[in-house]
Amino acid sequence: MASTSLSVHQKAIRSNVAKKALMAVTGLVLICFLLMHMFGNLKIFVSPEAYNYYADWLKHDLLYPILPHGWFIWLFRIFLVVCLVLHIYLMAILWNASLHGRGAKYVRKNRKEQTLSAKLMRWGGITLGLLLVFHLLMFTTGTITPGFAYAVHDPYHMFLGAFSQWWVVLIYAIFVAVVCMHVRHGFWSAFTTLGANVGPGARTVLNVLAYFVAALLFVGFILPPLAVLLGMVS
Amino acid sequence: MTATTRPPASNPYYTLGAEIHDTKAPAGPIEKKWSTRKFEAKLVNPANRRKLTVLIVGTGLAGAAAGATLGEAGYNVHNFCYQDSPRRAHSIAAQGGINAAKNYRNDNDSVYRLFYDTVKGGDYRARETNVYRLAEVSASIIDQCVAQGVPFAREYGGLLDTRSFGGVQVQRTFYARGQTGQQLLIGAYQALERQVDAGTVTMHSRHEMLEVIVHEGRARGIVTRDLVSGEIETWYGDAVVLASGGYGNVFFLSTNAMGSNVTASWRAHRKGAYFGNPCYTQIHPTCIPVHGEMQSKLTLMSESLRNDGRIWVPKNPDDAEKDPRDIPEEDRDYYLERIYPSFGNLVPRDIASRQAKYMCDDGRGVGPLVTEVTQEGETQQRRRGVYLDFTEAIARLGRKAVEDKYGNLFDMYAQITGEDPYATPMRIYPAVHYVMGGLWVDYDLQSSIKGLYVCGEANFSDHGANRLGASALMQGLSDGYFVLPNTINDYLAAGPFEKIDDMTQASQEALESAVSRIEKLLAVKGTRSVDSFHRELGAIMWEYCGMERTEEGLKIAIDKIRALREEYWKNVKVTGVNEDFNQALERAGRVADFIDLGELMCIDALHRRESCGGHFRRESQTEDGEALRHDDQYAYVAAWEFTGDGSKPVLHKEPLKYEAIELKQRSYK
Amino acid sequence: MKITLKIWRQANKNAEGSMHSYQLDNVSEEMSFLEMLDLLNENLTAGDEEPVAFDYDCREGICGMCGIVINGSAHGRYESPVPTTTCQLHMRNFHDGDVIEVEPWRAGAFPVIKDLVVDRSAFDRIIQAGGYISVNTGSAPEAHSTPAPKRLADRAFDAATCIGCGACVAACPNGAGMLFTSAKITHLDNLPQGQPERMLRVKAMVAAHDDNGFGGCQNIGECASVCPKEIPLESIAQLNRDLIASLFRGDGRAQ
Repeated sequence: MASTSLSVHQKAIRSNVAKKALMAVTGLVLICFLLMHMFGNLKIFVSPEAYNYYADWLKHDLLYPILPHGWFIWLFRIFLVVCLVLHIYLMAILWNASLHGRGAKYVRKNRKEQTLSAKLMRWGGITLGLLLVFHLLMFTTGTITPGFAYAVHDPYHMFLGAFSQWWVVLIYAIFVAVVCMHVRHGFWSAFTTLGANVGPGARTVLNVLAYFVAALLFVGFILPPLAVLLGMVS
Repeated sequence: MTATTRPPASNPYYTLGAEIHDTKAPAGPIEKKWSTRKFEAKLVNPANRRKLTVLIVGTGLAGAAAGATLGEAGYNVHNFCYQDSPRRAHSIAAQGGINAAKNYRNDNDSVYRLFYDTVKGGDYRARETNVYRLAEVSASIIDQCVAQGVPFAREYGGLLDTRSFGGVQVQRTFYARGQTGQQLLIGAYQALERQVDAGTVTMHSRHEMLEVIVHEGRARGIVTRDLVSGEIETWYGDAVVLASGGYGNVFFLSTNAMGSNVTASWRAHRKGAYFGNPCYTQIHPTCIPVHGEMQSKLTLMSESLRNDGRIWVPKNPDDAEKDPRDIPEEDRDYYLERIYPSFGNLVPRDIASRQAKYMCDDGRGVGPLVTEVTQEGETQQRRRGVYLDFTEAIARLGRKAVEDKYGNLFDMYAQITGEDPYATPMRIYPAVHYVMGGLWVDYDLQSSIKGLYVCGEANFSDHGANRLGASALMQGLSDGYFVLPNTINDYLAAGPFEKIDDMTQASQEALESAVSRIEKLLAVKGTRSVDSFHRELGAIMWEYCGMERTEEGLKIAIDKIRALREEYWKNVKVTGVNEDFNQALERAGRVADFIDLGELMCIDALHRRESCGGHFRRESQTEDGEALRHDDQYAYVAAWEFTGDGSKPVLHKEPLKYEAIELKQRSYK
Repeated sequence: MKITLKIWRQANKNAEGSMHSYQLDNVSEEMSFLEMLDLLNENLTAGDEEPVAFDYDCREGICGMCGIVINGSAHGRYESPVPTTTCQLHMRNFHDGDVIEVEPWRAGAFPVIKDLVVDRSAFDRIIQAGGYISVNTGSAPEAHSTPAPKRLADRAFDAATCIGCGACVAACPNGAGMLFTSAKITHLDNLPQGQPERMLRVKAMVAAHDDNGFGGCQNIGECASVCPKEIPLESIAQLNRDLIASLFRGDGRAQ
């Protein structure tokens, strides 16, 4: 094995546990982003102006004047992409290790602890990656614009246009559900990987928090589109 | 000397050979002997050690400890075990604890008292010098194990907790809940694996030893079978250490692991190693009773249970089927407390076991009826169980305290029997647990073959006719960590010995013998499974050579075993081939050796016309039914020499001299 | 009672295996699962068929030698009301007419040797890498020279009860040996004697874990759920904490 020439320290740095720790950190960053994003979305309930102003501020004025206008959003996007790419790259390596680790398949499996979200971490992650691309193509690049015209300065009406169509809301709901399942197991798993599961009490707390964060994200993300679809926001 | 107990001059079962003596223990006061011996033993220069190879068979407490220690010293060690990992050795199942003369309790304990208790507990049939040394090194064992990270029970102050254990009145037993053996073995296993990593020890798991190679009077190698591929291999070295455990499985049902066997010891015996006191068997009083015909083994519960549990049977046989909770106090017979008021439920194992048997023989046993064949050949139904009751302990200490102390044992009982021991009393019955007999060794643990050392339960050395609780772990580790590594150098100093290989005559003979035996077993192609023979052998041994032995019974047993052997080699059915993972073949070889050993055990039991410790002859008891020794005739170790298949073994007596302790009739009243 | 067994038969490491059906009458509910297999083997031997190979030794749930997957769960954990090893699983947990599926541990690091027997030597290699405290015989200080807090000693003990059976790996969807490895880490890390080598130990053992082909942990908890000795899942978090901390220390930098 090529790795035999490495020192114990080098092997430890390259170990699955170290990789998972990095995956946990990147995952938690992405969860923080989701929380922030969700909170921003809720501005839709305040007023079109508030929503558009917020979007504009995010893209141009945040951290001004420390950074020049419009710099933050790009630095932030680069940071998120790096996290996302690392997260996916590590997932691929660990998945490969698991395929080797698991060996031949059981004829019959009976697993009691493996929740659906844990089982779907990888395929779910891939699904949500694809849906993310769709999401970006709609609202960030404006490549796909079902029911709305791309308008950088009026995201409010893009939002309204897109989500007045039931199938967009449906795809979005699936997207958000997959995200939340991923977050549900990911949140607990990330903290455990980082060593926070210090006992049965901590395990309960982490799991409750994981469910809470996942539920919060789901509700926070689904409310605005639902409100649009049901005509409560116009 | 009385005429009635003198053996006949011409004996149909054995011939009398020359007396033997241990020549290694130095002269001088007993407390100086070990340090004198260590000083006098020749040393091996550290630079020369890696040129010396030691082959160790077995990875229990003794084998793993010896392997690790010799590896640390720099010898080239090869270690063998039949299990898939050295960590599985049956030392792992010991529950109760390990004795050490630390006197942490300030309760008048001392090396001398541990020595005294062990000799007395062994019913004055152990060699004084060895036992004193055992007591002397006991304290270092605890130090060593604590340093290795063995998680012994501790008190809130962070210091080690101790408890009192079967048959002694001081609290000198260190323990790790009910898993002391496991924790000690894991400690030794880790030390061994550390040496594997360091390159001093090479581990060969799933290898079974089939022969010793004795070249020019020295043990120079072994023949093994790779249990996965069936390959028969030879290994050479300058000394061979057997640490292959006890042979309790000769009884088929015992608390030993299913794989525990006598093959390594027996093969060495056939090559010239004397077998010491084979009939000394310990029957453990607190085992879970037999449930049925397919029972494969018995499970022991630590006798620490006897510290708080009370043992009883109904006074009236008619109450046997009643719910024990409905039997009023006055209708219960707490027989151990009644007969032995000062020791009560804590009497030594042999006494507790035998009394349980008597209660059941008397028809006052409890549990399901078991069909038995009596020595007279009649079929009868008996209940084989007595109650071990924690009701009072739960009332006195609270359920929580009882759970903390014995929780895992209670869980084990519940899992095996499907009954809740917190609600109803447990049922227990004695079962074979340990053998004090084993290959004869001198003070250096060297057998009668030069360069063949024997450690742990495999040797006969320290327990005499009966072993005290928590002393097996002590002996295994003492032999492995502290004794053997300080005596084997005296022999190895003369090495490295002349190189031998597969062309050497002794190797060829050993190889040939191992291979032909396997071929013979596979060629029988009879109709009975190996296990059926093993079960039958076990039934014979348990009935005639178990808790109580008689002249006629033992003679019957010998005849039955001889007939069984004959049938075995004509009618055993071993499926499969050698060149494969073949468990039937593994067992077949072991059972063949058990049959031969069984016969020798019966001959030994027959020749020893006295009762002592675990060996109880019905003809030799006091008026109140206690074991009666005949020190004038039997204060010796019976070391048996093999003289060939079908020919009478030779008995060599090693007289036991008691200089530090006065011989007394044991009394626990 | 009567039962039907479907057992994985595989002649050797390289052979193809498959499930075979066997019928057993006269199974008593007092039997242990392995005694039931003994009965099957007696029948097979009588019928000149090769007996089923399976590992066993102590048959009292402590040596860790036995281990088979029964109806999809390691040691038949989900057939038993309490944590169990295969040898301590009793037939009273099954019913007349049951069909029981029996398979070997399946994991990349545990190749099948024959039928239900697997090679678990990878566990030994993890211990060799550092699962010990380096103390030569005779060099130990007096046992009472270092008190160990009872609470930590108890925690060490809980982890030290691991029997190395491999059920955790068999149950893990990733074939990870993390519960086993972390049990040893937790055992030694909670004792004062284990402190000097703590950082090197975790690095070396984790490296050996990966080198031996075990997968990575996803914190699912299947391992702790089937563990016969109830090694807690927190052990893995302990290992993670130690490993992360160790990455910032120099132990093990030299080759």
